[in-house]
Amino acid sequence: MNPIPTSYFVALSAILFTLGVTGVLVRRNAIIIFMSVELMLNSANLVFVAFARQFVDLSGQVFVFFVMTVAAAEVAVGLALIVAIFRNKQSINVDEINQLKG
Amino acid sequence: MFNLIPLIILFPVVGLLVNLAWGKHLGETWSGAIASGAAGLSFVIAVLQVIGLQSNGFHAVTVPLADWITIGNLNIPWAFQVDTLSVTMMLVVTGVGTLIHIYAIGYEHSDVRHNGDPDRYPRFFVYLNLFLAAMLILVTGNNYLMMFVGWEGVGLCSYLLIGFWFEKGENQVGNARAARKAFVANRIGDWAMLLAMFLIFWNFGSLTFNEVFKGVDLLEPSMSSNPELMTAITLLLLIGATGKSAQIPLYVWLPDAMAGPTPVSALIHAATMVTAGIYMMTRSHALFALAPFSQNTVALIGAATAFLAATIAVGQFDIKKVLAYSTISQLGFMVAAVGLGGYVAGMFHLVTHAFFKALLFLSSGSVIHAMEHGEHALHMADHAVGGGGDSDHHAEGHDAHGDSHGAASPAFDPQDMRNMGGLWSKLPVTKWVYLIGAIALAGIPPFAGFFSKDEILLDAFNKKNYLVLGLLVVAAFFTAFYMTRQMLMVFFGKPRTDAARHAGESPLLMTIPLMALAALSVLGGGLNLPGVHTLTDWLGHTLGEVEAGEFNIPLAATATGLALVAIGVAYALYRSKPATVEERDPLQGMLGPLFTWLNRKWYVDEIYKGLILDRYDDLARFTADVIDWNFWHDWFHDKAVAGTFNAFTTMLADGVDKGFIDPVISHFPADLSKGIANIFRKLQTGYVRSYALAVFVGVVGVLGYFLIAK
Repeated sequence: MNPIPTSYFVALSAILFTLGVTGVLVRRNAIIIFMSVELMLNSANLVFVAFARQFVDLSGQVFVFFVMTVAAAEVAVGLALIVAIFRNKQSINVDEINQLKG
Repeated sequence: MFNLIPLIILFPVVGLLVNLAWGKHLGETWSGAIASGAAGLSFVIAVLQVIGLQSNGFHAVTVPLADWITIGNLNIPWAFQVDTLSVTMMLVVTGVGTLIHIYAIGYEHSDVRHNGDPDRYPRFFVYLNLFLAAMLILVTGNNYLMMFVGWEGVGLCSYLLIGFWFEKGENQVGNARAARKAFVANRIGDWAMLLAMFLIFWNFGSLTFNEVFKGVDLLEPSMSSNPELMTAITLLLLIGATGKSAQIPLYVWLPDAMAGPTPVSALIHAATMVTAGIYMMTRSHALFALAPFSQNTVALIGAATAFLAATIAVGQFDIKKVLAYSTISQLGFMVAAVGLGGYVAGMFHLVTHAFFKALLFLSSGSVIHAMEHGEHALHMADHAVGGGGDSDHHAEGHDAHGDSHGAASPAFDPQDMRNMGGLWSKLPVTKWVYLIGAIALAGIPPFAGFFSKDEILLDAFNKKNYLVLGLLVVAAFFTAFYMTRQMLMVFFGKPRTDAARHAGESPLLMTIPLMALAALSVLGGGLNLPGVHTLTDWLGHTLGEVEAGEFNIPLAATATGLALVAIGVAYALYRSKPATVEERDPLQGMLGPLFTWLNRKWYVDEIYKGLILDRYDDLARFTADVIDWNFWHDWFHDKAVAGTFNAFTTMLADGVDKGFIDPVISHFPADLSKGIANIFRKLQTGYVRSYALAVFVGVVGVLGYFLIAK
């Protein structure tokens, strides 16, 4: 059986990334935005592993672990921020978080 | 003997210092006694100088005390000139001065109470002693500058004593004004004195009498080259003398000076200070001898003053004003004598006049005192009737009088002769001494005034200066007339007011000096009897050879006859008139407006006011309004300085600051940065998603650039 060509993975990754970007740009709920950011990270991870498989190079796979670690740390900090903001404003609508505006 | 001479000034100075420091605690008796004692000790010193001169063969002696001013070739010592002339003045000043000091002890006792300030008593004696010290500096100095120190000192004392009751008089400032008038009039004379001293120093290189007169002797041969100089010096000295000795044109201060207490009038304004001018001109006889024009001027001014003042005295009603004009008139006699070269006659008249005029003034003080006393008694009688006459009403009446004096009888003037009359029986001592003084002044032989006045007339006659002689004879006629008028108005007839009816004699302390002066007025002529010439010989040692005028019987007889006629005319006119206070003067009926003219003193004060004082005011107003206000203030200050400065600052503020600094330096950068900021602040929307979009677009742009460009 023929392996699934790499271009499919890249295309899927592009679709996922576009979905993530769109989600970040159009949604107001901070948690949704957060999830969209995760989607973008994972689309990048997908490209990493796809090219690692094609070139038989493990460094791509290793990179993905690093990205997931950083993403987990980022989620921990981000969710903590969201909780703190919610406690202050009873809302996590990012359009309302504009107090640093001049 | 001569070494004691500084003490003559030291004694009055010590006296004044003691009274100044402890006067208020000493009590009136001691205060007056110390002042009189100081004067008396000075008199002793003066007598010792006479003895000294006698044992010295009458040679002048200079007693140096200290160097005073030494600048370059200006060398003025503080030294005393003891010669027959200065010793004569010392004797008069200290002798008459001592008697007046004693009199003042009694007079001031009631004067300070009458004026309501007994604490001022010691001050009077401080001033009196200060005056004595200054007058003695004037007569003992051996140079013009020392004389000038005394000259100014007596002027100051005159000012202080005229204004002794400075808060009294017309509108509460009358006395102060009189004092100021005396001071200013004297200042004009002092100005001339200073100029004369400058000229003397300039030309003789010294101000010491001996050296100046020595210089004059050396000058004599070449004198013809510069006669104007001597004329200028002597004329300036004359102006100085007209101020101090109350001659035309500066005499106007002396009548007003009568605002001072009566002992002051006697001591300063009759006997001593006003004779300073005669002493000064006599002292400078060597200078006057070289200036015939000045001598003539001096003689004419003296004679004219004698005449003018004698006529004015006829029209006066104030007892002291009559005597004041009489003093001016007699000073005119002395000045005329000096101008005629009759220095001995001038000095002789100075001495006898000091006796009888001091006597007359002090007696008039006694009369005034009696009138005030009579008014007191009257008031006390009223008080006793109203108040029930309890045991101590005397003191109460005294106080009540002091309080109500102004309100109860504002019009009563104890010096107005119209309020007097009939005092002959009331004043047993004063009436006789007054009569003696009046006869001495009128020039009836054998009293003192006759001899001295006759010598002056004789000098005028011998010099063939008939204008001066005529003026002096007429003045002598009026002198006898006004003195008779005064005697009759004061002492004879019926009392015209209640105060005169209740008048009483003054205490012994006041009448004893009067008796002493009366004796001197009777015997003073003996100083220089015709044929004996004691004073002529005595002064001759200082003044050089003076020809002794021999008695001229027709002239003396004429003068005496004229005086007797004047007395007769006055007696006929004033024997029983005026009978009441309101009745007009009999002379007024005869002369009409002429009498008013005399009473108004020839309107000299008004003429001076119109010609000088008002013009001076105009000048002052002109300088104040035009020069100071219009020019300096309006133009220079406001327009020129402030205007220019304002224009300059307006230019700086509006042009430079507002026009350039503000828009270019400060507003433009501010606006610029604000505008730029306005553009950029639009980018900060506050929407996180738009920032994210920007980041996204940027990333796409950068990546796209790399992809496409490579």
